[in-house]
Amino acid sequence: MSISKKRKRQRMEEFIGTTYSIAIYAILYIPVLVMMMFSFNNQRYNYYWNGFTTQWYTKLFSNSALIESLWYSVVIAVLATIISVTIGTIGALGLKKYEFRGKKFINEMLYIPIIVPEIVMAVALLVIFIKVGFALGMGSILIGHCTFCIPYAVVTIKGRISGDGYSLEEASMDLGANRIQTFINVTLPSIMPGVMSAAFLSFTLSIDDVVMSNMLAGAKNSTLPVLILSMNKSGVTPDVNALTTIMILIIVIAMVLNNLIKNALKKRKKTEETI
Amino acid sequence: MKKNKFKQNTLPALAMAGPVSLWMILFVTLPMLYIIYISFMSRGIFGDVVYEFSLDSYKTLLDSTYFKVIVKSMKAAFITTLLCILIGYPFAYYIAKQPKEVASKLIMLVMIPFWTNSLMRLNSWLLLFQTSGPVNNFLQNAGFIDSPISFVYTDGLVMIGMITNMLPFAVLPMYSSIEKLSKSLLEASADLGASRSTTFFNITLPLTFPGIFSSIILVFIPSLGIYTVTDMLGGGKVLYIGNIIKNQFGAIRNWPLGAALSVLLIVITGLLIFIYTRFAKIEDMEVV
Repeated sequence: MSISKKRKRQRMEEFIGTTYSIAIYAILYIPVLVMMMFSFNNQRYNYYWNGFTTQWYTKLFSNSALIESLWYSVVIAVLATIISVTIGTIGALGLKKYEFRGKKFINEMLYIPIIVPEIVMAVALLVIFIKVGFALGMGSILIGHCTFCIPYAVVTIKGRISGDGYSLEEASMDLGANRIQTFINVTLPSIMPGVMSAAFLSFTLSIDDVVMSNMLAGAKNSTLPVLILSMNKSGVTPDVNALTTIMILIIVIAMVLNNLIKNALKKRKKTEETI
Repeated sequence: MKKNKFKQNTLPALAMAGPVSLWMILFVTLPMLYIIYISFMSRGIFGDVVYEFSLDSYKTLLDSTYFKVIVKSMKAAFITTLLCILIGYPFAYYIAKQPKEVASKLIMLVMIPFWTNSLMRLNSWLLLFQTSGPVNNFLQNAGFIDSPISFVYTDGLVMIGMITNMLPFAVLPMYSSIEKLSKSLLEASADLGASRSTTFFNITLPLTFPGIFSSIILVFIPSLGIYTVTDMLGGGKVLYIGNIIKNQFGAIRNWPLGAALSVLLIVITGLLIFIYTRFAKIEDMEVV
């Protein structure tokens, strides 16, 4: 095959690959864009496009059911993140560093909430809660969320622990630091990127969760996703679209800022190293 | 010396691995064992659980109504998985072949839509395809159809929801296994005179198979238990196993039957994981 023919073929392949990928991205982004578009729809229910309005971005704040469920979701997500990242961080370190009987079993258990369908975990927790008389509500939802966030946190953080951290820890202890000082000053900074992604993952998993929240909510009010699910018969109203649009924008901005800070820190570290 | 080591290691081990172990045993092991136990009990007249051993729930699963739902769910999960793999593999391959900096940005772009509430993304498909929605309008204006097609609450629309919701879970593991593939192997194969398709089927595909299998697990199993897609896009007309389980613990109140269906899902999950561990380590599965 001549070189020019080969190059032509390469270019053709590159073109097909790029077109294909753009099509896939379109499929992934169409639902998000449509969701955003219908937040500007001038209609009480989203049946068809009825002209542009921004009224839902102010009216959503007077929809008390919506705001209450959002608040409920945020409180649960923050608590679930704090609990899961705390237990997950020390758990990941403990499971990596120490050998003990039953460790293999715990490691296997960690994969159950990740892999088994969520509805199964949810009903299993539901029957246990009812059996022991634990009241359904925010507490039961929180436990449910932590049960799938903790394994993700452990797996994420475990991946970031490198073996050579131990010699640093030993050095720190030899220099007279106690275990807690060593943990805060040596161990934690070295796994911080893992801890941060575990926190981000836990928060997004919790705030988007439908199944656990739906099964474990009891009769009382519940999270935003559960409210949206309950709207599916009558139709989701445009103010929910507006709220979801605000939420995705906040998450994306947070993500971009996080990346910028990370890059800045990396650069500073590099310059420090060269000095 | 030995005693000292015990004291030095046991206490911190307990403090660090203790909470996570306790949580897993209390909220994973025990509930799972209890749901298996309940599946072998019987249902009382008022929807309560009567603690007498019976296989009734499992027999009920073989009744035509439930069996049909199980088969339908399996079929839907199978088609979703197959299409996600077929659509996702070339996409993952394309991303993996980009320079590292670009590839990580492209992967980030795959993740961003998934930070939008999944129900709202599903609702978008409903808005697009509803009777007076943009798709029907377009088809009518272009003269392809005379009257609107009713896409809403059909199996087809549920399928679109399933595939678009699951696609990233198929792409990520395949991407990382393709990305790890060493270039020198592919070059060696080409140097030895293998055609590109020979190289693909003899080198690339077998070496990336663990990634493909992770994708199969991460798509097939959640698809089997899903009920939100059917609720949002099926409008109660399309039912999968997940809907049936949910109903047994809700309005219908037949816990043993719901438990038996859950056990069915646990067994299928276990089976797939067992096959997976035959040729790859579970720790290597890209779940995040």
